[in-house]
Amino acid sequence: MNAVSKVPAPGRMFLSGNEAVARAVWDSGVRVAAAYPGTPASEMLENLGRYPDIYAEWSVNEKVSLEVVIGASMAGSRAFSAMKHVGMNVASDALMTLTLTGAKGGMVIAIADDVGFSSSQNEQDSRYWGRFGHLPILEPADSQEAYDMTRFGYALSEEYQVPVILRMTTRICHVKAMVTVGEREEHPSTGFEKDPARWVMVPGHAKTRLPMQFARENALRALAEKSDLNRVEGGSDRRLGFVASGPATMHVREAFPNAPVLKLGLSCPAPMEKIRAFAAQVDRLLVVEETEPLLETEIKAAGIAAHGKDVLPRSGELSPKVLRPAVAKLLGEPIAPSAEAPQRPALEVFPRPPTMCVACPHLGIYYTLHQMRNVTVSGDIGCYTLGAGHPWNALDSTIAMGASMGIALGLDKGRSEGDANKKIVAVIGDSTFLHNGMTGLLEITYHKGNVTVLLLDNRTTGMTGGQNTAANGRDLLGNPAPRVDFPKLVEALGVKPERIRVVDPYELPTLFKALREETKIEEPSVIITNRPCVLIDEYEKRQPLKVDEEKCNGCGNCVDVGCPAILVTRRAKEIKPSGKEVDLSFVRIETVACTGCNLCVQTCGQDAIVPAN
Amino acid sequence: MSDKITNILVVGTGGQGVMTAAEILSQAAIAQGLDVKKTEVAGMAQRGGVVSSHVRFGKQVLSPEIMPGEADILVGFEAAEAMRWCHFLRPGGVAMMNTLRLTPPVVSIGMYPYPDDPAAEIRAAGVRVYDFDAGAIARDLGGLNLVNTVMLGAIADLLPFPAAVLEESVLQRFRGRKEEWVGINKRAFDAGRQAGRAAGLK
Repeated sequence: MNAVSKVPAPGRMFLSGNEAVARAVWDSGVRVAAAYPGTPASEMLENLGRYPDIYAEWSVNEKVSLEVVIGASMAGSRAFSAMKHVGMNVASDALMTLTLTGAKGGMVIAIADDVGFSSSQNEQDSRYWGRFGHLPILEPADSQEAYDMTRFGYALSEEYQVPVILRMTTRICHVKAMVTVGEREEHPSTGFEKDPARWVMVPGHAKTRLPMQFARENALRALAEKSDLNRVEGGSDRRLGFVASGPATMHVREAFPNAPVLKLGLSCPAPMEKIRAFAAQVDRLLVVEETEPLLETEIKAAGIAAHGKDVLPRSGELSPKVLRPAVAKLLGEPIAPSAEAPQRPALEVFPRPPTMCVACPHLGIYYTLHQMRNVTVSGDIGCYTLGAGHPWNALDSTIAMGASMGIALGLDKGRSEGDANKKIVAVIGDSTFLHNGMTGLLEITYHKGNVTVLLLDNRTTGMTGGQNTAANGRDLLGNPAPRVDFPKLVEALGVKPERIRVVDPYELPTLFKALREETKIEEPSVIITNRPCVLIDEYEKRQPLKVDEEKCNGCGNCVDVGCPAILVTRRAKEIKPSGKEVDLSFVRIETVACTGCNLCVQTCGQDAIVPAN
Repeated sequence: MSDKITNILVVGTGGQGVMTAAEILSQAAIAQGLDVKKTEVAGMAQRGGVVSSHVRFGKQVLSPEIMPGEADILVGFEAAEAMRWCHFLRPGGVAMMNTLRLTPPVVSIGMYPYPDDPAAEIRAAGVRVYDFDAGAIARDLGGLNLVNTVMLGAIADLLPFPAAVLEESVLQRFRGRKEEWVGINKRAFDAGRQAGRAAGLK
């Protein structure tokens, strides 16, 4: 999918923040780039795959990606890693010691926070890593800055021998804007030099690195004080001065064009004397930061009076619609909407939550789990998390990547007497299993957990857009790569061969039988499904279906599959001979969308679903 | 042109071509030498969920987001989605919407009703709205994948630059690669333009 193409010459380009970072990484002469996909960060590595003369990989998880990049930096190459905010939770074990060794070849780590929850399980503020790890943080406010700061980041990294965090947010990653792109520079590797005192972090060595870490932080703070990345922009209305970073800077300037803004591009270590001087020039100070009151707390601790989260929300984007009323209130001005933009109330419309695709192989899994009684389902992160929604309602927990395994074991070991007969099922996708589920499965087998694992192998990292993985035998560039053999892998992790089954998720009776049998047996079992994601090349469409309206009796069983191609045309009520009233749903199939997976056919007792042609 | 920013909100559902339409609008504005910012929605939205793309252009664009009450034009690829977003229009703003109705599973299973007449409800809310079956026009001209071009044609006379600039941005995507589609898209653009003019929105 990512064939290396001709690279556009330097000049003006319309780029998303992610595309701008990728271009800057390439222009900085980076030789090794590694990441695990995750919204909103995925496109950085995806784009790097289109450039020549750079090694770019989809890593098994974020921690490994960071370790690959650490090794490349030790080897004297410029290196890059990108991840979403929760990815750094996984990678941080390496990060927190990397801060002691420092970088050799320039190293930029892009962390993309999903401010506003577009596609994440939480909303955390990655700027904490700068404080926790004593590392500098660059915060671009648009695509141009994403490009410029990435390039600056490499110079900074090498000058101070420090890994640099580039803090992105969804509103930078996924916004396109005009970018001026410069010339590429070559950076050949300088080579690995043995230096155990630096690279072997045993206590005796690590201890000696601490003074360096603190000295480095002081030097970076001095740089932040004088750097033009931290500068005052904007107007003369000194009633309220803003301290802002990232996309919030643009929102502030949009909403208050006459207000002075201290824009922090190198926001950690915070340039406190610059902030103090700015505060002295304005009547009041408002810190606009997404999302935690991090700078605000530091500013107040420095004895500078400031407003922040006392008037602004602690979560979500600080867009003009949030800022305007908050600032009006702070200044004691009327909050009424301006004459030119009166608020029209939103009209009531049904919600349209994301749903599984037509013919998705997960549909049959959740149809089946929905039918099963007395089951607790420990879920994981991927498209199949959607099984928690309608019409399946068939997931009972989702916490973190790979967590379905350990949580299932905990549900088993911690069960109450009343739950003695409960079946515990864990559901996890191929990419998520490789990311962090393997250790959890070993935990289950090692401790003889009574858990049935559904390993949904659809041969891709689906939710983030279908990136290649060790599960499908292709690398980031689409070239052939070794493919994981899941039955062998789970056997090696301790599952008995007779407790491992490979099933076709489009065959509902087989799936149901396998689940019923494996949940009855009180030992670890793994059911592996073997159909590819409908959005990847391996998927083969079959003959589309239609509904024979003469035969449809409105039972609605097929609707419970949850396929978006099945549409209800008419509803009715029927009184059964028993006197019970039942709801009827007569359906049609959107034949142009249908790919003939036949799941619905198996739910129809009337043989009313037939080939369309 | 003044310093005024033009705000166009393009909405629909995953897979309808909302992003492509927004990209073409952006390229047209870039061709006019304007500053442009455009949001992209990714992640879970590509699973049949709500998709919206904000396109803002003018002399200098700061925030990439259009605020409720500030959109000049709403381009709705699906009827209920046009309804969902119509409060983003400024007074006097125009909604151009496809009458296509896409029913999500939550409606299929009977949890929520699909509005009977979204265009009427939008009109009742005081919005200038024009609804037409872009799919029918597209089918007549060669296929449903032309809906995008039809919808862009329909708003071409509402933009602060000549319609020909937008048309060229549409056709540019096919020139030199899929020549046979240049003529077809030109006809689709013209048909959309006629539909827009018929509405008397300008």
